[in-house]
Amino acid sequence: MATDNTLHKKRRKRSLPLWVKGISNTVFTVAITMVGLLFVTFIIGRVMPIDPVLSIVGESASRATYDAAYQELGLDKPLFLQFFLFLWDIAHGDFGESLLTARPVGQDLIRVFPATLELATVGTIIGVLLGVPLGVIAAVKRGSWIDHVARVVALIGYSMPVFWIGLIGLLIFYGILGWIGGPGRLDIFYVDTIPSVTGMILIDSLLAGDIEIFKNAISHIVLPAGLLAYYSLAYISRMTRSFMLEQLDQEYIITARVKGLPESTVIWRHALGNVKVPLVTVIALSYAGLLEGSVLTETIFAWPGIGSYITTALLSADMNAVLGGTVVVGLVFVCLNIFSDLLYKYFDPRAK
Amino acid sequence: MSIPDACPQKQITWREWLTTDTPASRRQARLSVWYHSWLAFRSNLMAMFGLTILLALVLIGLFAPILAPQDPFAQDLAARLSAPGVNGYMFGSDSLGRDILSRLIYGSRITLYIVSLVALMAPVAGLFVGTAAGYLGGWVDVVLMRITDIFLAFPRLVLALAFVSALGAGIENAVLAIVLTAWPPYARIARAETLTIRNADFIHAIKLQGAGTLRVITRHIWPLCISSLVVRVTLDMAGIILVAAGLGFLGLGAQPPSPEWGAMISDGRRFILDHWWVATMPGLAIFIVSLAFNLLGDGLRDVLDPKKSSQ
Repeated sequence: MATDNTLHKKRRKRSLPLWVKGISNTVFTVAITMVGLLFVTFIIGRVMPIDPVLSIVGESASRATYDAAYQELGLDKPLFLQFFLFLWDIAHGDFGESLLTARPVGQDLIRVFPATLELATVGTIIGVLLGVPLGVIAAVKRGSWIDHVARVVALIGYSMPVFWIGLIGLLIFYGILGWIGGPGRLDIFYVDTIPSVTGMILIDSLLAGDIEIFKNAISHIVLPAGLLAYYSLAYISRMTRSFMLEQLDQEYIITARVKGLPESTVIWRHALGNVKVPLVTVIALSYAGLLEGSVLTETIFAWPGIGSYITTALLSADMNAVLGGTVVVGLVFVCLNIFSDLLYKYFDPRAK
Repeated sequence: MSIPDACPQKQITWREWLTTDTPASRRQARLSVWYHSWLAFRSNLMAMFGLTILLALVLIGLFAPILAPQDPFAQDLAARLSAPGVNGYMFGSDSLGRDILSRLIYGSRITLYIVSLVALMAPVAGLFVGTAAGYLGGWVDVVLMRITDIFLAFPRLVLALAFVSALGAGIENAVLAIVLTAWPPYARIARAETLTIRNADFIHAIKLQGAGTLRVITRHIWPLCISSLVVRVTLDMAGIILVAAGLGFLGLGAQPPSPEWGAMISDGRRFILDHWWVATMPGLAIFIVSLAFNLLGDGLRDVLDPKKSSQ
């Protein structure tokens, strides 16, 4: 017992610096990736065929006004200095002003982001709740009809244009059957009737204790979130299946069965327990994917999130808004990727 | 000497020549490997189904002027938004009275154009970056892989949107934007393959024979990276079609009156509740083609990369 303890201590002491090293390594990688991401965005902003000065001062501005604005934007400075100014502004949450809404892009993003977050979160929850069991059953009953169904479900998910199936869904469930609310987050007469606390209507309505609005919000979110859930389900069930197949081949599974454990314990506790870690990373990736998938989905469902913000800004050549939105989505994406990486490293002893 | 040789050669069928255990030449051995892969592929029903659809798509694209019942741009405002089967429009007509079937047929050319351009450019770019990083190692590897990571960090569609907005809307720019977002995974794959090959004995042997870096990479490493890249490209094609259609749908890809499928859905969007066919037909076309690519990719993976086929 005592030797065991000292051994343990020794190992801990030795692994601590390694762990610290790992963290600092990760921080460095993250920093490089983020700066690179901002650099790409910056370059995109500079090669845009839109003159940022003209879009502020207007076509009929005098030469002096134009030059003043030109200098104020720092466009006379060398490119690398401009990039550092750009970094400086973004580090202070300053993305410039949107032409379309005439407000700071940062404020706009804070306003629209919760809508996207709500949509992607509900989608991921449904996707996980259905996708994981489907994947497990497909792996256990490999080659059975349910395995084939799971495969077809995934194939369709990988092949279907989300904006098209969204339209068809609206046509059937809203236009013909009338089962759900139409585009938007709420019926028009409910909009802005409850105080915005989190920006997520499902939560805000519950906080305000207004069940009517909550129900209405559900009827609006169910189709877009359901669609996103389908895409996440396709991915998650496929990955769960392949992780499970790997585990079910292992000897400890045979041991567990020989010991006489009930099959359900073997599968759901032992095998699934061991795929939890890679599965969580897959879920994080799928969550990030849904944030991206929401761009087109939001356009279809007139969902006032970051996706429709970017596309509306794009079509009206609102450069600051496009770049701000791209940066934010990119940063969230990077953070989720890193989060899933860290999770993997932290929980899987083999990755250390 | 020549008579006993000539006799059996005459009786040998192509099939026997291809499946022989004792190939007489390198060419025969190589063809034999391909033939066996083809046999394995042929037994995969779904993959054959995918291949058939794609071949059909190519034929439709090639013979579009013959197959299309009408001019895809000819408007007939009197017969606008005709339902399928009405006024002689098999798939109905759109908001300007153009025949949807003919537009779909011509649209296959645009899809093929996008797919082949991306399939040519993105993997080649990835191959260059990945093999250079993997073979040269050191700081070249670090720098190239960091750049790859940065591009991988962006969500694909959002980055493509930003690129298209910078370059201007249009089909060539959409292709360029997709390529710029599609190459990093290929670079990763090529690098991984290169790392496993780099220290193989045959590479050392070639180097001892005096082969330079360029020759080793282009003649000996590239050919071995191809098969895993081909599988990945085929599997990616579905996603690429969807991104291209998405750009078209948002009005950033092919411009009207071009019969691009994504743009056609966008056109039908306004009428979805009353005239469902305008958006439904092009959507079905996109779905079928990307499904075909997925099926084909799965089949190719089973044949070329049996290790990963169970996933």
